Amino acid sequence: MGDLWDGLSQAFFLLVTLDADLVEITLRSLRVTLTALVIATVIALPLGALLAVRRFRMRRFVIAVMNALMGLPPVVVGLIVYLMLSRSGPFGVFGLLFTPTAMIVAQVIIIVPLIASIAHQALRELWSDYHDLLLSLNTNHVQRMSALLWDGRRALLTASLAGFGRAIGEVGAIMVVGGNIDHHTRVLTTAIALETGKGDFALALALGFVLIGLAIAVNLAIHWLTQTEREGRW
Amino acid sequence: MSALFPLIVEAAVTRRHGKVLVGPVDLTLDAGGATIVIGPNGAGKTSLLRMLHGIARLHSGRIEWACDQDTARARQAFVFQTPVMLRRTVQDNLAYPLRLIGMRRTESRAKAAEMAARIGLEEALGRPATVLSGGERQKLALGRALIRSPDLLFLDEPCASLDGRAMREVEDILTTAVRDGTRLIMSTHNMGQAKRLASDVVFLLGGKIHEQGDAKSFFETPSTAQARAFLKGDIVE
Ligand SMILES: Nc1ncnc2c1ncn2[C@@H]1O[C@H](COP(=O)(O)OP(=O)(O)OP(=O)(O)O)[C@@H](O)[C@H]1O
Ligand SMILES: [Mg+2]
Repeated sequence: MGDLWDGLSQAFFLLVTLDADLVEITLRSLRVTLTALVIATVIALPLGALLAVRRFRMRRFVIAVMNALMGLPPVVVGLIVYLMLSRSGPFGVFGLLFTPTAMIVAQVIIIVPLIASIAHQALRELWSDYHDLLLSLNTNHVQRMSALLWDGRRALLTASLAGFGRAIGEVGAIMVVGGNIDHHTRVLTTAIALETGKGDFALALALGFVLIGLAIAVNLAIHWLTQTEREGRW
Repeated sequence: MSALFPLIVEAAVTRRHGKVLVGPVDLTLDAGGATIVIGPNGAGKTSLLRMLHGIARLHSGRIEWACDQDTARARQAFVFQTPVMLRRTVQDNLAYPLRLIGMRRTESRAKAAEMAARIGLEEALGRPATVLSGGERQKLALGRALIRSPDLLFLDEPCASLDGRAMREVEDILTTAVRDGTRLIMSTHNMGQAKRLASDVVFLLGGKIHEQGDAKSFFETPSTAQARAFLKGDIVE
């Protein structure tokens, strides 16, 4: 009980004084995850739109792979990325293992299927609405996909936010490929794991509060977006 | 005036899951006027319109326009039985077909505003199309279909959810369009409307053209028993 109380009060102290370590780790977390999010979004949204408007031969296969990847434990993704990037792996020459880049790669692999799958579901519904009109207007695939991506932007933003939530809170994969190196690859989740292990609950709790804060912010944003969507506001 | 016509349709058939939706259809259409397609529910009116427009697959037979396919398609428009509302404002819905052919945003929006005035939706310009009433949606779909001044306009029961006054407004818009050289192919369940607008009639039954011809003679002296029964309001099988 005393531990918890001490930890909590020290955690608040760290938060309000903007402790240097806390800020550094938080900013690194945001940088890694936001970079991964941008890359993943650029891949996943067009992929979701393509799956919605086109009936190509590999479509079912791509969807199956996407679903399989979504069910994959992140730590396994981490293992695979580790093997790819390690000195003897196919991408070993780039020396990326234990760098923020490796963590970005792992996060991209984890959230692309998630974002693409949510996007695909939303856009498939929109496409069944739009299908007749866009066919009648003799649109090409690019025009169809851009109409869906633009008019479905609210749902797509929700998909991206879900990806952000997943990536920022992920620990297994980035621990494996990032190595949790101080001042280099230590991020919110890996730092919490480490500090807890060491018994330093103050920093762990403070970092935890930051994570909780981010999670709440993301969920509020999703809630607000769905709300405006339902009310037909723009 | 338009290079679209004559349209020649020979033994055209559309199927779905092996079932014939409509056909075989033989038809020749020239420019000008309004062809009204009538027939009981499930007769194949929607399927016929979609097949002619080229958005339902043609399984056999041929549909030949006087120009190539792409040009033909660019000069047609379709108003669907359930209007499709893009999740954008009324103005952007109207402007969309113009944007697709590369018109600049400001110009297309100006044209959209003009069209909104023509169809009586100028008040609603900035509103999301998805909050419009059923009748307003019909009018918006009509305006969007007319905005490229098509040579041929398909209308699938465009007045199904309109009250008397709105129907009158739509008919005025259609009459003006016909006068300006747009040909109509329209399905309807409203015989009064059919009589007011038709220059010729196609009477469908069981996916086939049962009777076809000049509107005046069709309504005054239908030649088949089924057409007579249908016009009287009897049930036709
Ligand atoms: N996608 C489809 N799959 C299977 N059957 C279909 C499909 N579309 C239409 N049909 C069938 O084809 C027949 C003709 O349908 P169509 O919609 O063309 O009739 P309609 O004359 O427009 O009827 P209504 O007056 O009710 O609009 C109907 O029996 C319908 O059930
Ligand atoms: Mg119909």
